Amino acid sequence: MYTKAKYILAGDQYIVIEFGDTISIDIHKKVRGLYLTLQQYDSEKVVEVIPTYRSLLVQYNPLMISASKLINEIQVLEENLKDLQLPKPKIFKIPVLYGEEFGPDLDFVAQHNRLTPQEVIDIHSGRDYLIYMLGFTPGFCYLGGMSKKIVTPRLKEPRTCIPAGSVGIADKQTGIYPIDSPGGWRLIGRTPIKLFDPQNEVQPILLKAGDYIRYYSITRDEYKQISKAVDEGIYQVEILEE
Amino acid sequence: MNAIRVIKPGILTTVQDLGRKGYQQYGMSVAGAMDSFALQAANLMVGNPREEAGLEITFPGFEAEFLCDCVIAVTGGDLGAKINERYIPRWKSIYVYKGSRIIFGKLGEGCRAYLAIAGGIEVPVIMGSKSTYLRGKIGGYKGRKLAADDILQIGKLNKAQMQMVGKRLPIVDIPKYKQPCKVRVVLGPQQDAFTKKSIQTFLTQPYKVGQESDRMGYRLEGPKLEHIEKADIISDGIPLGAVQVPGHGTPIIMLADRQTTGGYTKIATVVSVDISKLAQLRPGDEIRFEQVDVEEAHKLLKKQEDILNRLQNTTTIPKIRSYTIIVNGKSYDVSVEE
Repeated sequence: MYTKAKYILAGDQYIVIEFGDTISIDIHKKVRGLYLTLQQYDSEKVVEVIPTYRSLLVQYNPLMISASKLINEIQVLEENLKDLQLPKPKIFKIPVLYGEEFGPDLDFVAQHNRLTPQEVIDIHSGRDYLIYMLGFTPGFCYLGGMSKKIVTPRLKEPRTCIPAGSVGIADKQTGIYPIDSPGGWRLIGRTPIKLFDPQNEVQPILLKAGDYIRYYSITRDEYKQISKAVDEGIYQVEILEE
Repeated sequence: MNAIRVIKPGILTTVQDLGRKGYQQYGMSVAGAMDSFALQAANLMVGNPREEAGLEITFPGFEAEFLCDCVIAVTGGDLGAKINERYIPRWKSIYVYKGSRIIFGKLGEGCRAYLAIAGGIEVPVIMGSKSTYLRGKIGGYKGRKLAADDILQIGKLNKAQMQMVGKRLPIVDIPKYKQPCKVRVVLGPQQDAFTKKSIQTFLTQPYKVGQESDRMGYRLEGPKLEHIEKADIISDGIPLGAVQVPGHGTPIIMLADRQTTGGYTKIATVVSVDISKLAQLRPGDEIRFEQVDVEEAHKLLKKQEDILNRLQNTTTIPKIRSYTIIVNGKSYDVSVEE
């Protein structure tokens, strides 16, 4: 982590605020702290903030504030970060039907790591994953915290269409495809819940950087029940406080 | 019916406003008009709010019928717009009668035209915007580009908008789409990742817009750029106009439909006012990058904002009489300002 954040201009409407050059929880906490602080900032001046692994991309309105003035003001906020009590992250419980036709690569992941499929499921669902950032597609979460025991390389030939909700592993990462898309991740299961629902006016995207995901294994019957509730718009994702 | 009917969709015609704001932190692309200046000007000329949705028409081929009387304005690239077989001026609002047909049939300068209609285009607002985001299949008209026989509802024309007919952008303010295109950039955020020689190359050598260029970004053709060490960084946010350079060394300019985050080094970022110029370039067109500092970029933006504000505040429309004069069997449209 840098001792002081770097403020880098990107064009005439953006400032990159960089806290370090690695991926770590400590840097993430700085990013999250400043992100939350900037939510209170005048939205006429700071238009949009994109938090990522180790930096924030701040889009400002140069007609309302100059870059130098904004940097000065954010530097003051940065100083106060150490006294900021971050709100406790939430843990979202994500139901997953592992294996079968939804997880065509579960057996491969097991063999590759000399485990049984059930052991892979236990390892994968037995921990919490930090959402470092979202990107790539709407609602796609970059997660940290996967066990080294189930690391598996990507497919050599990516699949052309992976259904939304698919849960996969790619090297040291795990994640969920929020929309149908091509991809090379090893698929081990699928969740019936929607991470991205553009028709949802209140919360089109379920998850947020800084929160956690906890997968849990469900049966085929449970998958069907949850699926039905999701379609009817009555499913409530279980959320725990850390 | 307050609507227009698509007769021929052309290559790519989509509903666009100024894009989705506030959702990039969730991985949602902004989308919106590629040439936001042209869309805003078109809206102001028909008395719409600047951020209202219009049609973005890419290359000639679009044809539609007005199913009601409308006040419209066409701005941006010259795609040879005609109403009922007669050319219409760009950057000026006109009145069109029910049953009229508009055809964009001939490529002049630029490549993206904007059609604004008084009252706006009525499509559902998805995540705060009417813009079509093609890759996500959301927004605009059913999340896709327009097709033949689509019926687009338009908002009701009000009295104030009727009085907008004839409103136009002063000639001095009309953008010129010249070749080669000078594109001003602010260096960074990762210019330190490049050799000095490469930054020099980038700022002095010509680049061409590649064939693989779309609303997401323009792949450029030209001299390769060298990284000092590596082309990859830990993924971070991608600004509009970011010039990212992957390991292969040829730059890509990230535009309206860009992904929100990425892991390539960005040598420079195009200044806001020149994004609209880029939007009018075609594959094969030449670009020359020129470095400016951020203060200069802000001055340019302020100037553009003044143009739009003046247009917004123009309420008196000069009375213009139009005549068709026939000389030696050829007809000429002539207008006289009182």
